[in-house]
Amino acid sequence: MNRTHRQTLLLTALIVVLIAVFLLSLSLGSVSIPVEQIVTILFGGTPEKTSWATIVLKFRLPKAITAALAGAALSASGLQMQTLFRNPLADPFVLGISSGASLGVALVVLVAGVAGGSALLAGVSLVGDVSLAVASIIGSTLVLLLVMAVARRVQSTMTLLILGLMFGYATSALVSVLLYFSIAERIQAYISWTFGSFSGVTWSQLQVFGPVVVAALIFSHLLVKPLNALLLGETYARSMGLNVRLARLGVIATSASLAGVVTAFCGPIGFLGIAVPHLCRSLFHTSDHRLLMPAVVVLGGILAVAADLLAQLPGSQLMLPLNAVTALLGAPVVTWVILRQRNLRESFAG
Amino acid sequence: MILNHKVTKREIIAERPAGFQKNWQVSDEPLPIPVLRTEQLAIGYRLSRREERVVAPGLDVQMEAGEMVCLLGPNGAGKSTLMRTLAGLQPALSGEVWLDETRLQDLSAAELARRLSIVLTERVDVGNLSAFGLVSLGRHPYTNWSGGLSDADKAAVESALDAVGAMPLAHRPMLELSDGERQKVLIARALAQEPKLILLDEPTAFLDLPRRVEMMGMLRTLARETGRAILLSTHDLDLALRSADRLWLLGGNGLLHAGAPEDLVLSGAFERAFASERVNFDAFSGSFRIERPASGILHLYGEGLSRRWTERALEREGYCVDSERAGIPAAEIVIDPDAPLWWLRRNGDEESYPTIGALLRGLRTEKA
Repeated sequence: MNRTHRQTLLLTALIVVLIAVFLLSLSLGSVSIPVEQIVTILFGGTPEKTSWATIVLKFRLPKAITAALAGAALSASGLQMQTLFRNPLADPFVLGISSGASLGVALVVLVAGVAGGSALLAGVSLVGDVSLAVASIIGSTLVLLLVMAVARRVQSTMTLLILGLMFGYATSALVSVLLYFSIAERIQAYISWTFGSFSGVTWSQLQVFGPVVVAALIFSHLLVKPLNALLLGETYARSMGLNVRLARLGVIATSASLAGVVTAFCGPIGFLGIAVPHLCRSLFHTSDHRLLMPAVVVLGGILAVAADLLAQLPGSQLMLPLNAVTALLGAPVVTWVILRQRNLRESFAG
Repeated sequence: MILNHKVTKREIIAERPAGFQKNWQVSDEPLPIPVLRTEQLAIGYRLSRREERVVAPGLDVQMEAGEMVCLLGPNGAGKSTLMRTLAGLQPALSGEVWLDETRLQDLSAAELARRLSIVLTERVDVGNLSAFGLVSLGRHPYTNWSGGLSDADKAAVESALDAVGAMPLAHRPMLELSDGERQKVLIARALAQEPKLILLDEPTAFLDLPRRVEMMGMLRTLARETGRAILLSTHDLDLALRSADRLWLLGGNGLLHAGAPEDLVLSGAFERAFASERVNFDAFSGSFRIERPASGILHLYGEGLSRRWTERALEREGYCVDSERAGIPAAEIVIDPDAPLWWLRRNGDEESYPTIGALLRGLRTEKA
């Protein structure tokens, strides 16, 4: 059919763009390296300057991989949340995953003073600090378990949404109390974690981050049929033979793992998770998750890598907070796309 | 209680008066097993472990293939509760629901989905989904893990769209469709599930009158031609009386009367279920009318369609049109068929009005 043909073409084009942006992000930075040299390095050859190999392999490659995976993870998670809650404003963090992580991090940074506290207070490089990742993982896992336990009991999905919201308010209140009684340097350290960054993830951390994200992304693709059934709401889904409770648990576990692991390693990165699913629905004119799921993974990867690229302001030594870039560039784009559609509610689930 | 008891024609005939049996072909062929059957079904809500709120106790009803049944009842009588219980969306308080020869609770969710599908009243917002895409969701119980459509699935989707006359809409997005078109597509989705029984909750709720008539006609044809049983709840008493094969009347007292519409009217069950102090059921016209204090007796002279509608207007105004033209009328009305003009004679005065509306205004002012 003409339409499916066009959609396949579009998806292929997006994959090509992803590869291009990925290579570009390896090439640009405080030092510019020609793209053909990048290819040489990636295939194990010797570049013109040996320092280039170190820059690309040690710093830029793990960062680009992290960015692509994180973008894909947040977008896939956002798509699942929006469908499950049938709400265009849902994002990966509606269930309070990032709130849990931020509370964990706040406790470590602001209160504990922790072992290696001096390293924490050094500020800038601390985003990648292992203790933060651990605190964040513990925080988001606890929330995840709590949400799952509640999800098994409650009938209404809307209850979950409200519980997630309330949990978010409670944790941010706790965090502000912690901030209030903390000293300036520690507050600075906490704030810089909330900016988000892909550069803190080393090769050894990527060995954890990578497999978890890839596994959860594969699992997301196994959920496309239940997600499609949920488009019409839970009652219809049940009447079509779907075990709604099981499907809901699967969706929550998968999308919360995706959001949790990204927050643990990169900080709370906003915007991508809510925007990419909307962009894909508009681009592909579909609600079918069989197409949307791979589409959000690829587009999420593209946007995250591109945002990271722009955040470093290539050619300069400056660096902008990642979250500022994703939102500043993304908000106008999404606004434009949404306004072009007749109205949000209709363009959403469809 | 004997389960799976097959009723044979012989048994039915045995209940008839002796004279009947002579002309009757007696056969041992069993009657078809009902698609849906309930045994002493009690519906309602379990409030807590001890306490339950029974909406209707002891329901014994059944439906056969190719039959369209309308479920009627005043607001709050438990129509939705009954529908939800039959669809397996809500547990029965006691008693049993049988689909063919299997108990509802013994069916897995997937097996149930192949026997029964539903159409809900709530609006579905699936803007970007095409009509074809929405109907293909109905193939959920038959497709593999990814939900991809085989050629057989596509054929089933197309025949479902065709059955409701929505083939031209197949590739239009849902958000562009009118309410009537959406409803057709949702019914096609239920058909694509290839069930034996379809439950529809107020399928005519958002439609205008011509669309309602069309919808009921279509559902009836669907039941007949596809051999499926269709149960729908509705507030359209008049339409249900005209189009249903049978009615289920659920009264506010939790009693359910099942039968052919005409039987229920004659037995008075229909009136008992709905009539109140202010509303009366007229068994002659088969419609409800608002009871008003009589304003007096009128004599009406005229014929044809304009007489029929003049009469309706006068009844609404609270007058009793005396067809025998006996007794002393408060006024006389003569319809001049050529003009058209309505003459009102009262207390020796005579005045003419160009429309029924003007006539009614005249009646009111002179009275005051």
